Amino acid sequence: MIKTRKAILTRLIPSLTSLAKRGSAGWMVIIGLFISVTIISMTILGPWISPHDPTAKLVNPPPNPSPPSLDFPMGTNLLGQDMLSRVLSGGSIMLQVAFLSVLFCFIIGVPIGLLSSYAGGIVDKTFTLVMDSFYAFPGLVLAIAIAAMMGRGVVNMALSIAVVYVPSYFRIVRSQVLTIRELPYTEAARAAGAKGRTILLHYVLPNVVPSIVVVATVNFADAILTAAGLTFVGLGVGIDVPDWGWDLTKGRALLPSGAWWVITFPGLMIVLLALGFTFIGEGLSELLNPRLEQ
Amino acid sequence: MPLLEVNSLTVDYQTRRGSIRAVDDMSFTLKKGEMMGLVGESGSGKSTLGLSIVRLVPSPGIIVAGHLEIDGISLLDASEEEMRSIRGKKAAFVFQDPMTSLSPVKRISAHFVELIRAHEPRIGKEQALLRAKATLMDVGILPERIDDYPHQFSGGMRQRIMIALAITLNPALLIADEPTTALDVIVQSKILDLMKGLREKYKMALILITHDLSIVLERCDKILVMYAGSFVEYADSMELHTNPMHPYTQGLLRSIPNVELADQKLEAISGSPPDMLSPPDGCRFQPRCVNAQERCRMERPPILEPEPGHFVRCFEVKE
Repeated sequence: MIKTRKAILTRLIPSLTSLAKRGSAGWMVIIGLFISVTIISMTILGPWISPHDPTAKLVNPPPNPSPPSLDFPMGTNLLGQDMLSRVLSGGSIMLQVAFLSVLFCFIIGVPIGLLSSYAGGIVDKTFTLVMDSFYAFPGLVLAIAIAAMMGRGVVNMALSIAVVYVPSYFRIVRSQVLTIRELPYTEAARAAGAKGRTILLHYVLPNVVPSIVVVATVNFADAILTAAGLTFVGLGVGIDVPDWGWDLTKGRALLPSGAWWVITFPGLMIVLLALGFTFIGEGLSELLNPRLEQ
Repeated sequence: MPLLEVNSLTVDYQTRRGSIRAVDDMSFTLKKGEMMGLVGESGSGKSTLGLSIVRLVPSPGIIVAGHLEIDGISLLDASEEEMRSIRGKKAAFVFQDPMTSLSPVKRISAHFVELIRAHEPRIGKEQALLRAKATLMDVGILPERIDDYPHQFSGGMRQRIMIALAITLNPALLIADEPTTALDVIVQSKILDLMKGLREKYKMALILITHDLSIVLERCDKILVMYAGSFVEYADSMELHTNPMHPYTQGLLRSIPNVELADQKLEAISGSPPDMLSPPDGCRFQPRCVNAQERCRMERPPILEPEPGHFVRCFEVKE
């Protein structure tokens, strides 16, 4: 275990430095990784590094909300909760939802895309029609409808986001398969006696993966925004869990009275997290191609 | 008994604008260990013929008639399962474009291991790798490079790797579809000589598909000439070179540049190949043929054998 961890590290450090040599795309990935890893570790460590209990009310004696001060660097909200503590641990639900939804999309979208495009004919037409009709819906509206139907909870939120994004995976996988299965190397594999399944799993899939990884990171960024949106309209997890989305909802009402800090810091975190993953995705889409690695 | 027997093979492409007969009533045989050059212009059906031997004619092409036999196995009656074990093991294929014929995300070793174990599942990974390295050595690639990715090799090296992949299972027949078209002239002749050498070492028959008659004349035992999907002439290459009987073959031979005749104007065959959607009546070549007569426009000439082992599809020859 220790040996493999060391092996991963010794491979990771040179790969990071080599990323820096790959121009702007490499730097985008590095910056994106830096932002995302920082926010994720901050959220994981949140409970231990928060100066106050993020859910404890009236840690600051009234009047609340109070502006940023030495004791409360990000101010407090209407309930007198410490905003810094809430920002530190408020990403937890969002990250869980985003990770789960990417996982669901992967499990559902990739196999369907592979099978549909490889089978062709009526199967392909049917799946494409269904997926396109999902795609035609405005994503957030569909997610809201499904989340409202299924009720609260991390898994339900993730599922409702997954439904919105499965068609993107399906489309990417399908278009890639249609290209790749005509390429000489799949023909060569067929001429060497490979089975349809072997070609699909060993020749087509590995060549689709780079595109899927790019979609996944972009999907991750979008899922964060959608999760924030779901929470914002009241379909998130319970109110007693610190969440940037909730803070946005509550902070919005306070904005007219001049309490900008309640909404600014959680909002900034959402933007940063989405930005981090978008950077990774955009950078990877240029880099994740062994042919370009020279 | 011949290794490969092709009998009245006919392949059609069903297109929206009509049916195209890409291979028309093709017959020939190939003995064990023989090297045959399959020559024809672009679109003459030579690749389709090559692919149909392993039953991989791309859609919408279908084999509509004929008989195919490798090593006594009738290929057109074989199940898809049987075909899979024949492909690669009995008849291997090398494609034209080495740059895209290897999966870019897989190491060379993975290509080999997968191929070997697909056909011989009992062989362990280590053993498969040993075999792969030995084959790479045979084609002139350093075995240490087996863990590299395809993009780390040049075009010529990739074609060597493709050839190594094709011969690693020791097939009885290797079909190479214009294996050197994408490569420069010097690499081209190296690869062709390599293939010729490998044919002797691995004792396999070889079909070399090309549009360049000159490169197969000196290397192959037999030459098969095709025109517009149709059989033209099939003979030993020496015989074909010294005694070409079909006007098309004669024209092809005259159009090869010759240093000794440098001051003469190079001859060309006038006209261009026919539209395959509406091929000419009678002999396919008659609109361009210098000797064409009334009869050539009316009916199809049969395949004649004027000399033993020399087959021609032309009315002009006397049996």
